[in-house]
Amino acid sequence: MNNLVVLPILVPLLAAVILIFFAKNVIVQRYISALSALINIIVALILVREVSEKGIQKLDIGSWPAPFGITLVSDMLSALLVLSTTIIGFVVILYSFKSIGKQREKFYYYSIIQFQIIGVIGAFTTGDIFNMFVFFEVMLMASYVLLVIGGTKRQLRESLKYLTVNVISSAFFVIAIAMLYSVVGTLNMAQIGERITSLNEVPGILTVIAVLFLIVFGMKGAIFPLYFWLPGSYAVPPIPVMALFGALLTKVGVYSIIRTFTLFFNFEQGHLYEMLMILAIITVIIGVIGSIAYWDIKQIIIYNIITAIGVILYGVAVSTETSLTGSVFYLIHDMLIKAALFLLIGMIIHITGTSNLRKFSGLIKHYPTLAWTYFIAALSLGGIPPLSGFVGKMLTVQGGFEANEFIGSMIILITSILVLYSVMKIFIFGFWGKADQMYVSKENVSYHALLMPIILIVVISVFYGVGAEAVHSFIAQAVEPLINPEIYIEAVLKE
Amino acid sequence: MEILMAIIIGVLFATATYLFLSKSILRIIIASGLLSHGAHLLILTMGGLKKGAVPLVNDIGVSVTDPLPQALILTAIVISFGVTALFLVIAYRAYQELGTDNIDKMRGTEENE
Repeated sequence: MNNLVVLPILVPLLAAVILIFFAKNVIVQRYISALSALINIIVALILVREVSEKGIQKLDIGSWPAPFGITLVSDMLSALLVLSTTIIGFVVILYSFKSIGKQREKFYYYSIIQFQIIGVIGAFTTGDIFNMFVFFEVMLMASYVLLVIGGTKRQLRESLKYLTVNVISSAFFVIAIAMLYSVVGTLNMAQIGERITSLNEVPGILTVIAVLFLIVFGMKGAIFPLYFWLPGSYAVPPIPVMALFGALLTKVGVYSIIRTFTLFFNFEQGHLYEMLMILAIITVIIGVIGSIAYWDIKQIIIYNIITAIGVILYGVAVSTETSLTGSVFYLIHDMLIKAALFLLIGMIIHITGTSNLRKFSGLIKHYPTLAWTYFIAALSLGGIPPLSGFVGKMLTVQGGFEANEFIGSMIILITSILVLYSVMKIFIFGFWGKADQMYVSKENVSYHALLMPIILIVVISVFYGVGAEAVHSFIAQAVEPLINPEIYIEAVLKE
Repeated sequence: MEILMAIIIGVLFATATYLFLSKSILRIIIASGLLSHGAHLLILTMGGLKKGAVPLVNDIGVSVTDPLPQALILTAIVISFGVTALFLVIAYRAYQELGTDNIDKMRGTEENE
């Protein structure tokens, strides 16, 4: 029992409620949201330290003992993801100050951001499958509002599609939970895992349920063939919202796949892992084709989300210790670097007024800091050592080769060069070249105020890569319960 | 009883799927309602129908019906109620702004039109 586990959910909840009361006072809203985000980072840091020292922490809500009440569980994986979520939340809030506009700020923008963070952190923390559905809905409800806030024509149009897709996938989630409940008779994730492991013969229906869960989380996480809604929907909201979606929402789907597949569906029958692996590889290929094909900088980065999802899931599908370490490494790296990249192209769009790569060039002459920050972020995404993308991808591919999955690993190696090309394309055509056009001056786009949070997150990601040795002990602790689900089950159900 | 429920759930899902495939936003919203009704009935059926006494604490040791599915349905109904309300509001706003409720006319984004 540790009340610390619930704090990263409570801090933004409190902030969100307070923010509603200051809807018309933008300055107060900014202070409150930045302060609460900062407090939440500190809370998450303390949580990570606590988990690293004392092992998996849990909290039985209302003191109902573990299998009966709702349990919140913080193992290393969820603690690390909570920490990265809070960091991204903080950076996005700082970036919003100068870019989101008064009109949106007055219509509960900061409050909804906090609700979004509650949903994401809740989904990472919960140890109860139905509670996970509820936190998914909190997250989705906030994302519907963030997508439509501002009410431009294209936002409304894409919101309708996004809503339809997610309403269907939520219904599937309920169906999957209902069927799982009829098989195992419990909702506590640890106990579900325990009961499925103790079965002598796995009934075929469990494979069906696993596929249902894969559809639900795959729809959120944008794996092939369920990614179709993502490029359209993510392109329409304002930049900070886009960064928040790109960095967090899909990763919740991936986390849920990791959690359910290692804890519940770790049985050998049913070819589940082969299916996941094939889907992951196709996802990588589709993502990389999209990111090369487009000349719209938003779409390039959006398709890179899909590629990254594929790489992470490939590591999960191979499911050895090395590949899972790589996946977790890459998951956190991708959250940080995707947020940075979205904010960077947001700045480019602010400066040039267009997202079409063919319409601007030579930005490096007047905006050198922006250019070099982008350069580092791009190299990091491509996986150039010693930056953060390298370690994760290397371990994932190494795990793949060790498990004799040569084709998939080769595809990931080849596509990572294409990923690098797709982001360097922006650097070559956008930053180099003739600087003959007149762009908005630095004062008008509040250059430094926007660049500061981006540099912050890029520096964090550089340290994450350079200090991989130090981070590795945390990641190793995060992977342990994924390899041996008994550790997780015992930590939740003991006492 | 279970078979009857299964048929009802199947009919609800089939109707929802049919309506989801239509072009009018309003029909899609009705479809989402029907789909969640089907899902809720599925939870009820999966928890077991009419198996025991009222789920109150009793000394006699009579087996009771599982109360958990009902709690789950209550939560899921509230959520789908909220989502449907938001869906209707956004659909209405979109109709005002775009002048159409036909999904076919909402294709693409500005970049690739």
